[in-house]
Amino acid sequence: MNGFDHWVLSGAVFIPIIGAIVIGFIPRANEVQIKAAALLTTLVTLALGVYLVASFDYDSSGVLQFAVNRPWIDVIHSQYHVGVDGISLPLLVLSMFITVLCVIYSWDHFPEPHDPKGFLILMLILEVGMNGTFVAQDLILFFVFFELVLLPMYFMIGRWGGARRQYASIKFFLFTLFGSALMILSFLALYFKAGGTTFDIPGLIAYFSDPAHALAQTTALVIFGGLFIGFAIKVPMFPFHTWLPDAHTEAPTVGSVILAAILLKLGTYGFIRIAIPMLPGAAASWAPWIGGLAVIGIIYGALCCLAQTDLKRLIAFSSVAHMGFVMLGISTLTSYGINAAVFGMVAHGLITGMLFFLAGSIGERYGTREISRLGGLLVQAPRLGWILGFCAMASLGLPGLAGFWGEFPAILSSFAPSGALADHLGLFRAYMVIAAVGTVLAAGYLLWMFQRVAFGVPKEEFEKAHIHDVHMPEWLSWTPILLLIVILGIYPHFLFKTTNGAVNQATIGVPAPVDIAPGSGAAAAAGAPAP
Amino acid sequence: MTWFLTNAWLIPLIPALSFVVILLFGKRLPNKGSEVGVIAVSASFVLAIGTAIAWIQRATSGEEHLRPAANNDLFLWFKFGPSETHFGIHIDGLAVMLLFVVTFIALMVHIFSLEYLRGDRRYTYYFAALSLFTASMLTMVSASNSLQLLLGWEGMGVCSFMLIGHWWEDKANSDAALKAFLTTRTGDIGLLIGLTMTFFLAGQTFDIEKINQAALAGHMPHTLLLVAGIALMGAVVGKSAQFPLHTWLPDAMAGPTPVSALIHAATMVVAGVYLVARFYGVFSQAFHIFTPGNSGFNLVAIIGGVTIIIAALLAFVQHDIKKVLAYSTVSQLGYMVMALGVGAWTAAIFHLFTHAFFKADLFLGAGSVSHSGSHHSFDMKKDMGGLRKQMPVTFVTFVIGSAALAGIFPLAGFWSKDEILVGAGHNGYVAFMVIGLIGAMMTAGYMTRCVWLTFFGEYRGHGHPHESPRQITGPLIILTFMAVVAGWVNGFGLHYFQKWTANPVVESAMRLGRVTEAPFSWAAAALSVTLVLIAIAFAWAYYEYHAFGFLHGLTERNATAKAGYTFVEQKYYLDHLWTDVVVGSIKRPIAAGAYWVNQHVIDGAVNGTAAGSRVVAEFVYRYIDQDLVDGAVNGTAFSAEEGGSILRRMQTGRVQQYAAAFFGFGVVIIGIGLLALTHSF
Amino acid sequence: MLLNEYLLLAAFLFCTGVYGALARKNSVLVLMSIELILNAVNINLIAFGAFNHTVAGQVFALFVIAVAAAEVGVGLAIVLLIYRNRHSIDLDKVDVMKG
Repeated sequence: MNGFDHWVLSGAVFIPIIGAIVIGFIPRANEVQIKAAALLTTLVTLALGVYLVASFDYDSSGVLQFAVNRPWIDVIHSQYHVGVDGISLPLLVLSMFITVLCVIYSWDHFPEPHDPKGFLILMLILEVGMNGTFVAQDLILFFVFFELVLLPMYFMIGRWGGARRQYASIKFFLFTLFGSALMILSFLALYFKAGGTTFDIPGLIAYFSDPAHALAQTTALVIFGGLFIGFAIKVPMFPFHTWLPDAHTEAPTVGSVILAAILLKLGTYGFIRIAIPMLPGAAASWAPWIGGLAVIGIIYGALCCLAQTDLKRLIAFSSVAHMGFVMLGISTLTSYGINAAVFGMVAHGLITGMLFFLAGSIGERYGTREISRLGGLLVQAPRLGWILGFCAMASLGLPGLAGFWGEFPAILSSFAPSGALADHLGLFRAYMVIAAVGTVLAAGYLLWMFQRVAFGVPKEEFEKAHIHDVHMPEWLSWTPILLLIVILGIYPHFLFKTTNGAVNQATIGVPAPVDIAPGSGAAAAAGAPAP
Repeated sequence: MTWFLTNAWLIPLIPALSFVVILLFGKRLPNKGSEVGVIAVSASFVLAIGTAIAWIQRATSGEEHLRPAANNDLFLWFKFGPSETHFGIHIDGLAVMLLFVVTFIALMVHIFSLEYLRGDRRYTYYFAALSLFTASMLTMVSASNSLQLLLGWEGMGVCSFMLIGHWWEDKANSDAALKAFLTTRTGDIGLLIGLTMTFFLAGQTFDIEKINQAALAGHMPHTLLLVAGIALMGAVVGKSAQFPLHTWLPDAMAGPTPVSALIHAATMVVAGVYLVARFYGVFSQAFHIFTPGNSGFNLVAIIGGVTIIIAALLAFVQHDIKKVLAYSTVSQLGYMVMALGVGAWTAAIFHLFTHAFFKADLFLGAGSVSHSGSHHSFDMKKDMGGLRKQMPVTFVTFVIGSAALAGIFPLAGFWSKDEILVGAGHNGYVAFMVIGLIGAMMTAGYMTRCVWLTFFGEYRGHGHPHESPRQITGPLIILTFMAVVAGWVNGFGLHYFQKWTANPVVESAMRLGRVTEAPFSWAAAALSVTLVLIAIAFAWAYYEYHAFGFLHGLTERNATAKAGYTFVEQKYYLDHLWTDVVVGSIKRPIAAGAYWVNQHVIDGAVNGTAAGSRVVAEFVYRYIDQDLVDGAVNGTAFSAEEGGSILRRMQTGRVQQYAAAFFGFGVVIIGIGLLALTHSF
Repeated sequence: MLLNEYLLLAAFLFCTGVYGALARKNSVLVLMSIELILNAVNINLIAFGAFNHTVAGQVFALFVIAVAAAEVGVGLAIVLLIYRNRHSIDLDKVDVMKG
C-alpha cells in the first residue's frame, strides 16, 4: 500500500468539507464560482472513487482495503478506523456519483428560495456524512457520520421544501433521531459487553465470534432490538416508514434523490455491516420478524402506491416496497440474500433516484405533480416520457435492467434461508410467494402511473403549454445513471464480483442455506461444472 | 459449417445492436431507421439458416447428434454465494427450429411493415421495438440458463407492451397494453417461483440442461417438483394465453396488425409452449406425463384441452376479424400445450412450427384487407364482404392459410394437428384426442365463417377496395408457400423434423415411461380430415345457403340458447372477473384501504405519538411546570403584587405622612433598642 | 454646670420642630421647622462638647449650620418651583408620588 492509499479514504470523506468551507468564503453573489467550486469538489471526490474502483483488489473483497487506523478519542478507546470492503465500496462510489449528478442537475434548477450557496454547502456536508458512514469501521465514528447526515437534510427539507416542509422536516428529524438514540444505546452495550476496550467494528465482530465471549441470548436479543429499530427507521421498514413519504414529498428534487439513493441505504448497510456480523445468533431469532415486516412492506407499499395521486409521493411509497425486497434478502441471512440486498441497494439508488429526478422535472414543467392533471407527456416531451417509461420498467424489476438483480435473488434466497432458520422454512417460502406477488403489484402501479402521466393526450389546461423536452443539465446528470442501470442489468457480475467475497465474509457466522435436494448436485453447489 | 453453430450468439446480438442504432440514429437515416431493422433481421435470418443447415448435418451424422452444440458459457454472467452462472448459447434442435421460425417471420413482418406503417408518426420507434423484440425472443430460445430465458421472456413482454400500445393516444390501446403486460406478469409470479425452486432442486444451478437431468434422475422430492411444475405452468398460462388468463390476447389486437402477426400469433405467445418443451424433464416428472398407469389426465393437458374448446367457441361470436384470429391462436396454443401434456413433444413443437407460418399468413392477410379493402377497419360484418374480386392475392393466400389452419390434407396444419391427435391416443390420453377432434371441427367452422364474411357475399364497407402493393402481397405469398409445404418435413411418414429436433431430455423422459413416438396412421388422418370437411360443409351451407333454418335466429327465440350466447359473447365473464373484480378491487378499495391505514393507523400512530407527547408535554407544562414550579415563582410575584396593592394605599404621596411614619418607626425601633440595651444589663 | 437644662431645651426645640414638620401645611413653615430640629441637634452637640472639654462638638455644629444653610437654599428653590407649577405651597396638594 503506497502513501496515497493511506489518504484516499480520508480524502474521499473530508474533501467535501474543504469544498464547503471554500464556498463559505465566496460571496453570495458569485453564483457561478460557487457552483464551479461545488462541482469541482464533488468531481475530485468522485475521482478518488474511481481510483478506489480501479485499484480495489476484487479477489479479496472480503478484506478491508485502504484501511487507516489511528487513535482518535483515547478515553473511550474510539479510533479513527476507516476502510472499504466489497459491501461498502459500491455504496461509497454510488454516494460520490449521485452527489456529482445532483450538483449538475441543480445547476439552474435551484428550488425556492434559490440561495445556491447554502444549498451546495449543505449538499457537501451531506456527502461528508454519507461517505463517512460507508467507510467508518468504528462504532463511534460510524455514529457520528450517521448522525451528521441528519442536519443538512433537515435544513434542506425545512428551507427548500414544499408547502408542508416544516412538518416533514421535523418528522424526519425526530423519527430518525429516536432510532439513533436506541442505536447508540446498543453500541454502548456492545462496548461494555466487550469489556469496554474497543469500538472497533472488526474487533468487536472478532471478539463476539469467540464462543468464550458469546453474549447471553436475552442480552443479544435486546441489543439487536436497539440496532434493529435504529436501522429499520432509516431503511425505512414497515411500520416505521411514515416519515418517508412526507419527507420525499416535501423535499426539493435533489434532496429526494439523495434521500432515496443514499440515505435509505445507511439503514440496510448498518444491518449488513454491524447488526448481523456482530450478533448472528440474535439476527437469526429476529429474522422471521424482519422478513415478515419486509414482505408486508412490499405488498403494503405497493398498495399505497396504487392509491396515490401525487407523482412524488407514489415514488416515495415505491421505495418502501423496494426496500422491502432488500430487507427480505437480508432477513434470509444467506449469501444469496445479502448479495441481492447490496445489489438491490445500488439498483434502487440509481432507479429511484432517477425517478425522483424525473418527478422533479415533470413537476417543474407542469407546475403540478398531481397525476390526474397530467397526461400525454409523450406528446409534449417524448424523450422525457420515454425515460420515465424506461425507469418505470427498471423499477418494476425487468430482467436486463438493474432492478431485477436486487429483486429476483431476494425471492430466490427466501426459498432456502439460512440453516439457522430451518424451523421457519415454511414461513420464508410463504414470504417468497408474497414477494413474487409484489412484483406484479409493482408492475401495476408503475405502469398505471406511466399510462396516466405519459400516454394519452395532454389535459385541456396544459394543451397549449410549451413543455421543454430534456435539456442539457438533465442529459448530463441522467445519462450516466441510465447507462449504469443498463450495464448493471446486462452484466451483473460487475457488481456481484465486488460484493460476493465481502458478503461471504459477513455471513461467516451464519449457517449455510437449507439443503433442498440432498445429493442431487453437490458438485454444482460447489460451483464446479457438472461432468 | 460448425462456424455457424459456435457463433450462433450473433443471431440475437445483431437485432440487439440494431435496436441501439435505430434508437440513437434512426430518425436521421433516410428511411427513418427501418432499413437498419430489415438489414439486421435479414442478417440474423441468414445466420439462422446457416445454423439450421449446420445443425441438420450434425444431427444426421452420427452419435454426437443428440448433444447440444455451441458454447454454453460465453462469459461469466454472475457469481454469488456458491453458484456461478455463465451467459451462454444453447443450440439444439428446438433452438435451431425456433431461431429459424422467429427470424423468418420477423423478416416477413419487417418487410410487410415497411408499407403497412408508412407515414406512421412513430415509424422509427416501431422498428426499434421490433428489433428489440426479435433480439429478446432469439435470446430466449437460445438461452442456456433459466435466467437468460427469463431475460428474453420479460424483454418480449416489454416489447409487446410497447407495440400493443403503439397508438397510445387512444386510452383503449394503452389499456390493452397494460392488460397484456400485467396479465402475463401475473403468470410470471409462477415463473419466478418455478425458476427459484428448480434452481435449488437441481443443486443450485440455473443451467437448464442440468435442471432437466436432475429432474429426470429422480433425486428431487416429488412434492416440491410438482409445486415447481405448477408454478411454471402459471407462467405458461400467462404468456401463452391459456385459460383462464387468455383474456389479454384478444385485447392485444389493439396493436398494429404486423405486430399481432409476429408477436401475438407466431412467436411470443408460443414462449409458454417453448418453456414446457425446454423444461420437459421437469414437467414430465412433475406431472407424471409418461408414468405407466397415469390416469390419462394432468394439469398441462387439461389446461390445453379446456383452452382449445373455450377459445374456439369464442371465435364464433366475434365481429372483428383479428379477434377471430386471436381466439384461434389461443385455441391452437391450447393444442400445443395439450400435446405437451399428453407426451407428444415432437408433435407440439411441430405444430408450433407450422402454426407460425399459417397464422402469420392469416394475420398479415387480415392486415392487407384492412389496409386496402376496408379502410382500416377490422369489422367483418360492417366493413367487409365480397372482397375476393378486388383482392385476389389476399383472398387466395387467406383461404390457403385458413385451410392449413383447419387441417386440410396436405397442408401444414394437417400434419401437425394429426400428429397431436395420434400422439394423444397413443399415449393413453383418449379423452384429449376426442377434445382435439372436436376442436378441429370447430376450427374449420369458425374459419369458414371468417372467410365467408370477409371475402364472399356483398361488399358492406364504404371504401374503394383494391389489391395491396407488393411489400404486402410478397410476404403473404411466401408465407402461404410455407403454410403449404412446412408440414411436409415431417409428413408422409418422413419424420425429418422429428430427427432434427430430437432431444436427449425428451428421449430420457420417454424411456422412463417406455413410451415411443406415435407412428403416422392413415386411418386417423382420414377420420380427422373427414370431420373437418363435414364441419366446413356445414358452416358453408349455413352461411352461403342459409341452410339449417331452425338455427338462424335461435338465440332470439330460445332463452337457453340466448343465455348461452350471451355467456360466450361476454367471454365467460372472465374479463369482468379480472378487470372489475380483481384489478378493480385492488386498485380502488384495497389500495385505498391500505393507504387509509397508512395515513390513519400507522401515520396516525406516529402523529398520535407526537400528539400524545404534546398532550403529555402540555400537561407537564401546564400543571407541573406552570402551576407547581412556576406557580411558586409566580406565587411570589402574585403575593408581591397583592401585597403591593394593599400597601399601595399607604403610598399617599404626602411627604408628611411618610415622615410621620418614618418618625414613628424610628421611635419604635429606638425604643426597642433601648429596651434591649437596658434589659441586657 | 448642668447638662440637663441644655438637653431639655434641645428636646423641646426638637419636638417643636417635629410637630411643625409633620403637622404644618405650609411648606415654608415645614422648612423652618426642620431648621428647628437641626438647631436642636446643634445645641446638643455644643453642650456635649463643652461638657467634655472638646471642640469637636462646635466643629460638628458648624458643619451642621453650613449643611442646613445649603439645605434651606435647595428646599426654598423646590418650594419656589412647586409654587410656580401649582400656584400653591400646600403640601397636601403635592401628591405626585401617590402610587
